[in-house]
Amino acid sequence: MSVATFIVPLVGWLLAPLLPGVINRVKAKFAGRRGQPLFQLYFDLWKLLRKGAVYSHTVSWIFWTAPSAGCAAILTASLLMPLGGTPALLALPGDIILFAGLLGLARFFTVLAALDTGSSFEGMGSSREVFIAALAEPALLLSLAAIARKITQYSLSEILPALSLWDWLQSTPALALATAALFIVLLAENCRIPVDDPTTHLELTMIHEAMVLDHGGPDLAFILYSASLKLWLMGSLLASLLVPVHAGHWALDLAIAIVGVFGVGVIVGVVESCLARLRMPIILQLLVGASTMAAVALILLLR
Amino acid sequence: MIDLLLILVVLTNLKLLGASRLGASIRTVAAQGVVLGLLPLVTHPHPLSIRILELAAGSVIIKGFLIPGLLFRAVREVDVSREIEPLVGYITSLLFGLAALGLSVWFGAKLPLPMGALSSWLVPVSFFCIISGFFLIVARKRAVTQVLGFLVLENGIYTFGVGAMQEVSPLVEAGVLLDVLVAVFIMGIIIFHISREFEHIETDRLSTLKD
Amino acid sequence: MILTLILMPVVAAIALFASRSRAASRVLPLGCALAHLALSVACWRQAPAPALGGWLVLDPIGKLFLLVISVVFFMGAIYAAGFPGTQAPPRNDPSAASDSFQSEPIFNGCLLMLLGTMTLVTASQHLGLLWVAIEGTTLASTPLIYLRRDSRSLEATWKYLLICSVGIALALLGNFFLEVAAAKADGVPNHSMVLSEVLSGAAHFDKTWVKAAFILLLIGYGTKMGLAPMHTWLPDAYSESPSPAAPLLSGALINCAFIGVLRAQQVCAAAGLAPFGEEAILALGLLSMAVAAVFILGQTDYKRLLAYSSVENVGIMAVGLGLGGAGAFGSLLHAVNHSFAKAMLFFIAGNLLFVYQTRAIAQVRGLLHRLPFSGVLWLTGFLAITGTPPFGTFVSEFSILKSAVDQGRLWVAAMFLGLLGVIFIGMATAFLGMAQGEAEKETRTRLSWMNLAPPLGLGALVLTLGLYLPPSLTQVLRSAAQSLGGL
Repeated sequence: MSVATFIVPLVGWLLAPLLPGVINRVKAKFAGRRGQPLFQLYFDLWKLLRKGAVYSHTVSWIFWTAPSAGCAAILTASLLMPLGGTPALLALPGDIILFAGLLGLARFFTVLAALDTGSSFEGMGSSREVFIAALAEPALLLSLAAIARKITQYSLSEILPALSLWDWLQSTPALALATAALFIVLLAENCRIPVDDPTTHLELTMIHEAMVLDHGGPDLAFILYSASLKLWLMGSLLASLLVPVHAGHWALDLAIAIVGVFGVGVIVGVVESCLARLRMPIILQLLVGASTMAAVALILLLR
Repeated sequence: MIDLLLILVVLTNLKLLGASRLGASIRTVAAQGVVLGLLPLVTHPHPLSIRILELAAGSVIIKGFLIPGLLFRAVREVDVSREIEPLVGYITSLLFGLAALGLSVWFGAKLPLPMGALSSWLVPVSFFCIISGFFLIVARKRAVTQVLGFLVLENGIYTFGVGAMQEVSPLVEAGVLLDVLVAVFIMGIIIFHISREFEHIETDRLSTLKD
Repeated sequence: MILTLILMPVVAAIALFASRSRAASRVLPLGCALAHLALSVACWRQAPAPALGGWLVLDPIGKLFLLVISVVFFMGAIYAAGFPGTQAPPRNDPSAASDSFQSEPIFNGCLLMLLGTMTLVTASQHLGLLWVAIEGTTLASTPLIYLRRDSRSLEATWKYLLICSVGIALALLGNFFLEVAAAKADGVPNHSMVLSEVLSGAAHFDKTWVKAAFILLLIGYGTKMGLAPMHTWLPDAYSESPSPAAPLLSGALINCAFIGVLRAQQVCAAAGLAPFGEEAILALGLLSMAVAAVFILGQTDYKRLLAYSSVENVGIMAVGLGLGGAGAFGSLLHAVNHSFAKAMLFFIAGNLLFVYQTRAIAQVRGLLHRLPFSGVLWLTGFLAITGTPPFGTFVSEFSILKSAVDQGRLWVAAMFLGLLGVIFIGMATAFLGMAQGEAEKETRTRLSWMNLAPPLGLGALVLTLGLYLPPSLTQVLRSAAQSLGGL
């Protein structure tokens, strides 16, 4: 185990809060605003961590354990994600399923905490969140399966670094479909615009935001941090797919990959600026469409 | 290149299975027609003959523009609402489509072309079109959608014909295209009359005649 | 010669479409039908030269059906010219099932178009051209069904067009499969789909693909023919089509689809797969007879009754073809007999519909009193279609039965006989009830001779075929059956 394997998760932990900043900056540029500082999330996290939390006396221990548990799940997931040709710290056959499972576990805690408050808004939010997640999950798993099939490996650390431009030339349509499906999953899982609006201020229209209304202080910091880390992980998955270059030295590869992740962030920002939020029935079609694309990709690669 | 076109055909079929808008469906079929019209250009490796160009041009014009134009006219004249109102829901349809795709791939592997195909996707894609066409005819209420299903079915057969056979007699090709055109033309007229007679174009209400 | 036969009606039809002249529309179909009949008879006397580089040839099968189609069409043209239903029907009233000719030139033009495409079917030796021609007959006959322009005929037309088009599309796929099967023969693709070349090379075809192609062709053309699981459009289309058109659909058009099935079986037999094809056809035939029997018993609408009887007779033809050998001979003869007998019955049904203004069996009573001539013909037709001894249908059904017994397939023979018996009972109940009883009101209604002569002529033909088979016909039937691998 080289130094590089330790650096990959560290880079993720450190740079993750920068990603929402980049997206915000892109959106601000599109809207002609100056936008908040790139490092806004770091300031927010620092501020929240120093505060105390206020708990309602109707909530149970679930409410105050859930944010840290969710954050722990995401942190574990981050140990599975390779970047720029460097394998991850943890690698075991079939960890693509573990990865999806850990993301699901984090969401499970968030939903549980939201339901624990007994607030109607939070219940509505969690119901929507689960609805979307249930539709996004097959797309995620099917596209990961398609890519795994292409490389014929079952560990993220073996699949993603092995991917090369040659694979793209060989089966462009399948990989393009899988990438497109993953991109839609990224938007849906991270509450980005065509599915959910992260900046909305109306509880009725919120999905993810509605669930975390009652959290404050370090709990909210954990939630915000794990959301950004999740975005980082999905982004690095997409970046490994889209920029499968091997420059030769691990540090160079890592740098390219990091640029790639921020590139994905820029794309997300552009998409968010160009699209409006979709109605729920259309979201359903979008996500089922993503699953369909992923399934077609898998069928294309199966033969 | 052939693979790319064929996969586009697969995607248009899936889009059609999941589409809820009549106009979008007709446009999708038109797009499929154009893609299929281009197919003969890439399946013929030897220098392009005038005949191939004619076939491609004829297919693109008839499948991509004339027939969709007729259907758009029929839809506009009868001024129906633009939702499709399926008998089988969109998601079920899509799942069915995926199952059909898998089945076609399996079937294509079972039934290899004896002279070898230009692309291993030819047979599966044509089967997939045929199954989707049948499904659209059975699972959709509107007369226009049934016509679209018929067109997709016909497209599947066309795909097989263009891909599997290097040479088909031009007279037969012209006859086939003409027959399809006239069939759709007559169907368009009937759709118009159905809407006038019943004030709707849903074929599930065509159920007076039975034993 | 062949080209003249095909192009004459088409040109006449185009002239009618263009001019929309009522006078021409009265004269042209009759003239065309007469000329067509004369030319067809001439084709029997002397085989015409092949046209279009061997694509259009009259082989025995084509020759046989060309004459049948021509005779039925001629009768139909006489009938249509004298058809009395010129008054407008009460609109949007499904119970009043009357006929009218709101657009006579269009109707007659489509009739002529149908004649042209049907002639093309009989002469096509190229399998692709055959497909185009058969789809052409569908398209030409669609406007005929949708003549009354009410909701019921609309429904029938939609089903007819959609189901037949889809079926025939499958037949096209079958044609492609056949070309694929042919390609393996010598490594390079074999382009020619001319029947004689296909048959001579069929022994080397890829067997799997020939089988698949045969199934598709059988389903495709079987749909058009009205074989059982695919017959659903047939009762609607036949019962809703106007009186002068229904006899053509059942008497002439069925034969065109039958030619398609015959060609498929020819190829199958040439590829050494005759038993495979025969089993499939036999199964569909028995199924058709069974389905028809179920719907004939207790049928309340006499035009639908006749339509299901067509399903039954198509089944009989298929059973004969499926038995092969002498059965194929009987099958072809039965196709001829059925065309005449069924066209005859549909002509009389048109008369009944005109006089009684209803299609309900229960409301037609005292036919022998009110319309003595049509009534007698109606009963004659009933005897003819059910295969009672002096008529030609008896000969053909008997030879099919005999071939089943000769081959030792007693189960097939028993089922065949049993179903015929059931259908006889079902049809007897309906026909006898209509003929007997008291007529309600006016005692006599006079019909033009033009509406009585066609069924009379066809009835006489069926009777003649039962008593005496002309040697020239026997010879054509024999060589046609031989080309199917029989005898």
